[in-house]
Amino acid sequence: MIPMPKPDLVTVNIDGREIAVPKGTNVIEAARLVNVDVPHYCYHPKLSVSGNCRMCLIEMGLPSVDPATKAPIIDPASGRQKINWIPRPQIGCGTNVSPGLHIRTTSPMVKEAREGVMEFLLINHPLDCPICDQAGECKLQEQATAYGRGYSRFVEQKNVKPKRTQLGPRVMLDDERCILCSRCIRFSKEIAKDDVLGFIDRGSYSTLTCYPGRPLANNYSLNTVDICPVGALTSTDFRFKMRVWFLKQTNSIDLESSVGANTVVWSREGVIYRITPRRNDTVNDTWMADSGRVLFKQVAAPDRLTAVQVNGGDSALDHAINAAHELFKTSAGAIAVVGSGRSSVEEQFLTKQLATALKASVQLVSRVGEGDQLLVSADRNPNVRGALVTGLISTLPARQLTDLTVAIDAGQVKTVISVGEDLTAAGLTAAHLAKVAIVYLGTHANATSAAAKIVFPTQTVFEKSGTFVNQQFRLQKFSKAIPGVAGATDDLCLLAKLATVAGRSLVAGDLANVWQALAAAVPVFGQVTFANIPETGLLLDCTPFAVLPFVEGETLHYKPAAATA
Amino acid sequence: MAVIPVARQPLTFAERTYVPQILGGLRTTFRHLVRKKTTLEYPEQRPAIPPGYRGVPTLVKDPNGREKCVSCQLCEFVCPPKAIRITPGGIPAEAPTAHVEKAPLAFEINMLRCIYCGLCQEVCPEEAIFLQNQYSLSGYTRAELVHDKQKLYELGGTLPDQHFKWDRKKAAAGRGNAH
Repeated sequence: MIPMPKPDLVTVNIDGREIAVPKGTNVIEAARLVNVDVPHYCYHPKLSVSGNCRMCLIEMGLPSVDPATKAPIIDPASGRQKINWIPRPQIGCGTNVSPGLHIRTTSPMVKEAREGVMEFLLINHPLDCPICDQAGECKLQEQATAYGRGYSRFVEQKNVKPKRTQLGPRVMLDDERCILCSRCIRFSKEIAKDDVLGFIDRGSYSTLTCYPGRPLANNYSLNTVDICPVGALTSTDFRFKMRVWFLKQTNSIDLESSVGANTVVWSREGVIYRITPRRNDTVNDTWMADSGRVLFKQVAAPDRLTAVQVNGGDSALDHAINAAHELFKTSAGAIAVVGSGRSSVEEQFLTKQLATALKASVQLVSRVGEGDQLLVSADRNPNVRGALVTGLISTLPARQLTDLTVAIDAGQVKTVISVGEDLTAAGLTAAHLAKVAIVYLGTHANATSAAAKIVFPTQTVFEKSGTFVNQQFRLQKFSKAIPGVAGATDDLCLLAKLATVAGRSLVAGDLANVWQALAAAVPVFGQVTFANIPETGLLLDCTPFAVLPFVEGETLHYKPAAATA
Repeated sequence: MAVIPVARQPLTFAERTYVPQILGGLRTTFRHLVRKKTTLEYPEQRPAIPPGYRGVPTLVKDPNGREKCVSCQLCEFVCPPKAIRITPGGIPAEAPTAHVEKAPLAFEINMLRCIYCGLCQEVCPEEAIFLQNQYSLSGYTRAELVHDKQKLYELGGTLPDQHFKWDRKKAAAGRGNAH
């Protein structure tokens, strides 16, 4: 299908190929649309253009017209309009397309310009690649190979600069490696709104530094490490841990808040080494908060639950399921389910199946913090909207489980099933916990798991696949990055087993079949299957829930309904 | 296929006596008796190892006793049978080699997997791993044949250095900016 040229599109010619691109696009982005790589360091699609690295030099020209009559001048040799090529290279990032613009990215002048820029960038660059964490994902390495001259003519002494400067609690600077692209400075100023970074001194003495007395300590500081095209800024946490070429990348979702920032989990042989943001222009651009990057440490936390327990003693899974079955029978009609806004959509759907089978009431616990108006929202549950969409709950969760405490005091509830929620954090006292039999499904030990009659260890978000519905009602999927820890059971499998013993027939415990049931039961999902959810998410119809007073304030790419009205 | 009949030649008188054949055989035998020996009384006598021989992979130190490996993990990456396993780590700031920043916390070569291909030596940017002269390797357990860092340095010893890259870098840092 050939797209119709719209009024706001301009046609440009890149290496002989015509393409219509939106007005205001720069040459790097326009070239990307025709799969032409224009190498660059300082340009970043989500930051302002500074044009200081000079790597994106291209040759450009405009169709020639007669200055007096404005009539096109035709080249007699080719019979086409003559192109006036500018005799000097121009920077691609700072050049916006204009109608009829001709660009050459492979001409001898461009090639020489790139070789020259690469040579200048490399003369003072230390030969640190064997000890540099950026090796393997370093733009300097890649572009020196692709566009450099291949050998160095520099015989003088290389520049000496400080090599281990701690810019903040999470960011380390190696000044010798810095190519002064200023991406980190622009990020801190424009996105993080914490303008602490800057260059001091001139020429080859130029160094990146923090404002005196102010470290780079904001919750977005590690994004500067991500966008650093070289190994100048490195993460103190990931530093010297593992080379990136060993790491497997798995798409995931940040679970620290309802923003649902898209992430990549980097793991090797079942061990996660880091989490970085994944570009999604409608959710998180290319950023994520530092606080979400350390969440993988919960996988190997010492308080991780790894053994099925019945009455405090280790047990087999089947035995514990049977014990739960007995419990369900003896306390029929007096069971409450505490679901979780941290469960995936599929788990919430199965929690609902379980609650329906047991005729139990369902509550969720809210986690409300302060939103930072960027990528951490006020609602610290990643998936409250999933519980609404699946019908697990119909009203927003409360911070305290007052109804449950009243019911326990009144003796109406004998058994509480908690899906990963610590009930003591939600207003229940130890006395309340002692009055009821608790079935706890969760990943980590807490006061509730300690008081529970039956404990089922489950998997963290990194060990399973599923979906979350973020604050925009965007259905986003996360994938299993590492195998589950020994002793923990897959949440879906476990919930399906419990729902089955509770009397529900034919409950599927695997993702594909749960989605079949989910699409059949929840009209808003329509034809969705887990496989066909796009990597950038699927926006759901949120009109049925528009009246609910959600707690989120404004964040990047999200405006609360109240603010827009 | 055509069959060509070949007539058997009758033996001569000399051949029928067997004497020339026996004498010919004895000549070969006596020649070997007086010739220089080509075998060795292994293991008391050891063969000379030609240059470029690929023996057991080892880690080496530079003449100043600094461990040369910086745990870049290229050998681990290139190793075809995945015999090498490195745990990278940093060098503490107070150490004399702190300017190198990185050194292996653990370095293991599983000699049951190693195929002596020498790719690790070829790929090493720090010239820290060498396949040297040791060729006779045995052990009583499998664990014994997984060489750890200490064993690898024991086998490797010290080799002359052509570059002293890090020492020169430290000296340059001491001199300060040349510009």
